[in-house]
Amino acid sequence: MTDANTTAWALLLLPLVTAGLIVVATRRWSGLSALLATGSAGITLVLAALLAAGGESVVETKTFPWIDLGTHLQVGIGFEIDGLSRGMMLIVTIVGFLVHLFSLGYMKDDRGKSRYFAGLSLFMFSMTGIVLANNFVMMFVFWELVGVSSYILIGHWYDKPSAGDAAKKAFLVNRIGDFGFMVGILLVWVLTGSIYFKEIAAALGGIVPAGILHAAVLCIFCGAVGKSAQVPLHVWLPDAMEGPTPVSALIHAATMVAAGVFMLARVGFLIEASELAAHVITWVGAITALLAALMAVAQSDIKRILAYSTLSQLGFMVMAQGLGPEGSGAGMFHLYTHAFFKALLFLGSGAVIYACHHEQDIWKMGGLRKKTRITFITFAIGTAALIAFPFTSGFWSKEAILDAALHEQAYGPFWIAVVVAFLTPFYMMRLLVVAFFGKARTDHASHAREVAPVMWIPLVVLSVLALLSAYPFIAGPMMAQSPGRHGDFAHLFGHWGLTATVSMVGLIVGNVAAVALYRGRDSEPLKLPLLKNKFYIDEFYQGIVRIAQDSTAKGLDFVDRYLVDPLFARFPAFGAMGAGSLLRLFQVGNVQAYAMAFGLGALLLLAFLLF
Amino acid sequence: MESTLTLNHFLLVSGVLFAIGLAGVLLRRNLIIIFMCLELMLSAANLTLVAFSRFHVVEGQPDYNGQVLLFFIITVAAAEVAVGLAIIVALFRSRGTTDVGKVNSMKF
Repeated sequence: MTDANTTAWALLLLPLVTAGLIVVATRRWSGLSALLATGSAGITLVLAALLAAGGESVVETKTFPWIDLGTHLQVGIGFEIDGLSRGMMLIVTIVGFLVHLFSLGYMKDDRGKSRYFAGLSLFMFSMTGIVLANNFVMMFVFWELVGVSSYILIGHWYDKPSAGDAAKKAFLVNRIGDFGFMVGILLVWVLTGSIYFKEIAAALGGIVPAGILHAAVLCIFCGAVGKSAQVPLHVWLPDAMEGPTPVSALIHAATMVAAGVFMLARVGFLIEASELAAHVITWVGAITALLAALMAVAQSDIKRILAYSTLSQLGFMVMAQGLGPEGSGAGMFHLYTHAFFKALLFLGSGAVIYACHHEQDIWKMGGLRKKTRITFITFAIGTAALIAFPFTSGFWSKEAILDAALHEQAYGPFWIAVVVAFLTPFYMMRLLVVAFFGKARTDHASHAREVAPVMWIPLVVLSVLALLSAYPFIAGPMMAQSPGRHGDFAHLFGHWGLTATVSMVGLIVGNVAAVALYRGRDSEPLKLPLLKNKFYIDEFYQGIVRIAQDSTAKGLDFVDRYLVDPLFARFPAFGAMGAGSLLRLFQVGNVQAYAMAFGLGALLLLAFLLF
Repeated sequence: MESTLTLNHFLLVSGVLFAIGLAGVLLRRNLIIIFMCLELMLSAANLTLVAFSRFHVVEGQPDYNGQVLLFFIITVAAAEVAVGLAIIVALFRSRGTTDVGKVNSMKF
C-alpha cells in the first residue's frame, strides 16, 4: 500500500462499499452496521495517514476515463494528491472517525441507526471525492453527492416536520449556489478548453479575456457561497442543526461546509488571476463573519449558537481565500484548526444535550460544570480555541488570517475581523457562563450525568487536538499551507504588532463583558429583536418566494383551468359521453330485436356476397 | 311416374325448415318454443350438410365424412340442449316466467 494511487482508490471506495453493504446486507442488524461504518472510518483514517506521510510531494496518478466526448471534453475520475488534499483528507478522516465513535454512544437507541451510519459512510465517500478530485466535473459530482448525504442526515428524524423542512431548505439553498458553480465550470471550460485543474492553470497565463474570467470565478465562488453558507445563502446552516448532533459536528461544522473553502483554495490560481473576484470573496467572507457573530449573540439554542459561530469562522476562511496565496494558506490552516475545535464543541454540545435529555435551550441548563466535569473541561478547551485564546490552535490560525489581511492592505475586512474577534469571545463566554455556571434552572439540568466513555473519549482526543493541532509535530501535512506560523513563538514575539494587540484587546473586552453581563442571570438580559430574528433575512426570502412563486402559480392556475382543462380533459370526456348515449339507444333489452338485427345483418352480408 | 330426388329438393326443404325456425325465433314469446325453433334451424343446417355429403361423389361413393361429422354435431347439440334447458329452468325458477319480453333486466 505504499503506492499513493492505490491508497487513494482504497480511500475513495471503502466508504462507498461500506455504505452499500449496510444498505443491502446489514440493515437489520443495526449494531453490526454501526461497527462496520466505524471500522471503515478507522481504516480510512489509517489510509489518510499513509497518504499524508507522502508530505508535500505531488504524485501523478492515472486518470480513469469516464465520459469521452471527442477531443473537446474528456472527463475522468482522477486524483490530485498534493499537500492540500493530503492535509484535508487527514482532517476529514480524523474528525470523521471520532464522530463515528461518538455516534456509537449518541445514536445507541435510535430507530434508524443503520440508515444513519450508511449516511455517514456515504458522506465520507463523497467528501473524499471532493478532496481528491483533479478536475472540476468530478469535483462537482461529489459536491452534489455531499449535498445529498447532508440532506439525508439533516432529515434523519424525518417524522419531525422541522427536520424535513430543514433538509429541504438546505438542499434548495445549495441548489442556487451549485447552479452558479456549474455555470462557472462551463465558463472556465469555454475559456481554457479544459476541466483539469493543472491544465487550466497552465492555460490561464495566455489569452484569457478579463471580463469573462471575472464572471467565471464569481460563478465558481457561488458554489462556495452555497456550500460554505456565506451571506446571502447562509440561511440553511442554522436550520441544518435539526439533524443529529454528531452530524452537525462532522458535516455542518468541520468538513462539508469547509468544502467551499477547500474548493477556493484548490482553484486559488483562478482567484489570483481575477482581482475583482478576490475582492468580492474577501468582502463576502468578512460580512458573513460579522453578521453571523452578531446573530450568535442573541440565540438561545446551544446548537444554533455554535452554528452561527461556524458561519462566522467560515466567513474568516473565505475572506482569507481572497487574500492571495499567503491568505489562502492561512485560511486552509484555520479550516484545519477549526475542524477540530468546532467538532469538539459540537460533540460537547451533543454530550450536554444528551445529558440533559435532549434539552437544547441554554437558559434551561445551568450549573452543568460540576455534573458533567469531563464535558465541561473539554467544552471549555474548545471555547478557548474558538475565541483564539493565546497558544491554543485557533489563536495561531486566526492571527495568520489577520496578518494576511493586514499584509494585503485589506483594511476594511481587517477591522471587521477585529470586531468579530471581540464578538466571538462575547457570545462563547455567554454560552459557557449560562449553560455551565450558576445553578440548574430545570429538572433536566439538575439530573444531568456524565456521558459514557464512548462519547467522552472523542471529546478528550479532540480537545488535545484543539490545543495542540497548530504545532508542527501535529500539523505536519498542513505545514506548507501556512509557512512559519505553526506555534512559531519567535515569529509572534518578533512581530508583536497591530494584529496581536487588537485581537488581545478584543479577547479581553469580549470575555469581561460577557462575564459581567451574564453571571448569575436566569434569563436573557439583552433584548435584541433584530439579532434574535437574524436580521429578518429568512422572512425576507420568504416574502420573495411568496411574491414570485404565488404569481407564477396564479398564471399556471389560469392556464390549467381555462386552457388545459377544457381542451384535454373536458372535451374528450364530453365526446365519450355523447358517443355512449348514442349507442345506448340500440340497447332495447329485447332479445328478439337483437336476433332480428342479427338476421338482417346476415341477410345483408349474404346479399353483399352474392350480388 | 318416376321422380328422382335431387340436391335441390333437399336444399329446398332445408331452406323452408330454416325459415320456419327463424320466424319462430323472431316471433314467438315463449322461451321453450324459441329454443325449439333454434333447434329447427340447426337441423336445417344439418340437413344441408348431409345432402351435400350425399351428392358429393368421390370414387363412385358418397362422401361419408360429412355423414360422420353429423353425428358429432348431433352429440354436441344434445349437450347444448341440456345446458340451454337447464338455463331456462333456472330462469323460470327465479322469474316465474319464460316470456322473453319480461326478461330484460340487462337493458339500460
